[in-house]
Amino acid sequence: MQIHVNGETATIDEMSLLHYLESLAIDPRRVAVELNLDILPKAAYGTTLLRDGDRLEIVHFVGGG
Amino acid sequence: MSNANDKLTIAGREFTSRLMVGTGKYADFPQMVAAIETSGAEIITVAVRRVNISDRSKESLLDHIDLKKYTLLPNTAGCYTADDAIRTCRLAREAGLSDFVKLEVLGDEKTLFPDNEELLKAAAVLVKEGFTVLPYTTDDPIVCKKLEDIGCAAVMPLGAPIGSGLGIRNPYNIRIILDTVRVPVIVDAGVGTASDAAIAMELGCDGVLMNTGIAGAKDPVAMAEAMNLAVRAGRLAFRAGRIPKKLFATASSPVEGTIE
Repeated sequence: MQIHVNGETATIDEMSLLHYLESLAIDPRRVAVELNLDILPKAAYGTTLLRDGDRLEIVHFVGGG
Repeated sequence: MSNANDKLTIAGREFTSRLMVGTGKYADFPQMVAAIETSGAEIITVAVRRVNISDRSKESLLDHIDLKKYTLLPNTAGCYTADDAIRTCRLAREAGLSDFVKLEVLGDEKTLFPDNEELLKAAAVLVKEGFTVLPYTTDDPIVCKKLEDIGCAAVMPLGAPIGSGLGIRNPYNIRIILDTVRVPVIVDAGVGTASDAAIAMELGCDGVLMNTGIAGAKDPVAMAEAMNLAVRAGRLAFRAGRIPKKLFATASSPVEGTIE
């Protein structure tokens, strides 16, 4: 299935958001995730299954003023 | 009199340092860490951006920051509408688990001046959602009063445009703002060198926030130390109470007893 992540298209197997983050070596404690414009609480990452066509925004902190 | 017991209180939280620094524009993470450490700052600003999905090799900012030591102040840099700024703040809270946000809603890419209309809209929503809102605004006392009335925890008028290094361009407006609001007044943006920071503090500001002034200096770590000293010196001078300015001289040595 295809999902849209940070403006890019990715082809992935069916999995939870937590598994997807782990597959990218992203520490779930260090990011915030929007799924189809709704912010997901961290506790929901493990139980949220990604679906075809989902739009994800995964953000973190970078240097800024 | 020293600055030791002179705390800055924002939304009930006490801070010893009145200098807040950014984390952007450094050559590398070790330089950033050294500059922040040397600045003595306890509050540091960060930006919220997409994680690079295709290239996971880059180090993460938070790997280099001791979160027990510093309070993160996520910003909404790059947001041009209230909606974008609100969305960014909500993401920042989820990423950082803190309610502190530096709210900026920009009006124009060339000046990076705030769009105060959108800023006020965003501030009202965020305060209702429980955020501790520190808004970057123009040096406009009326807007600062409105931001205070909305419930912002501080107001952060610019000294000059972001990254311009022009210093405190309108010290009279800053003084009027200080006279108008009761929440902390933190000069945010425009500081180019140590004397600019000292001037802000001598005016009676509660703090100064800067990024480019330090990170853009030839030697950022040395400039961080200069800013640390300047903010403390300016604060102490303000508390000490400066002499009034006079047009003519007043002798420092006694007039009596001069030889004839």
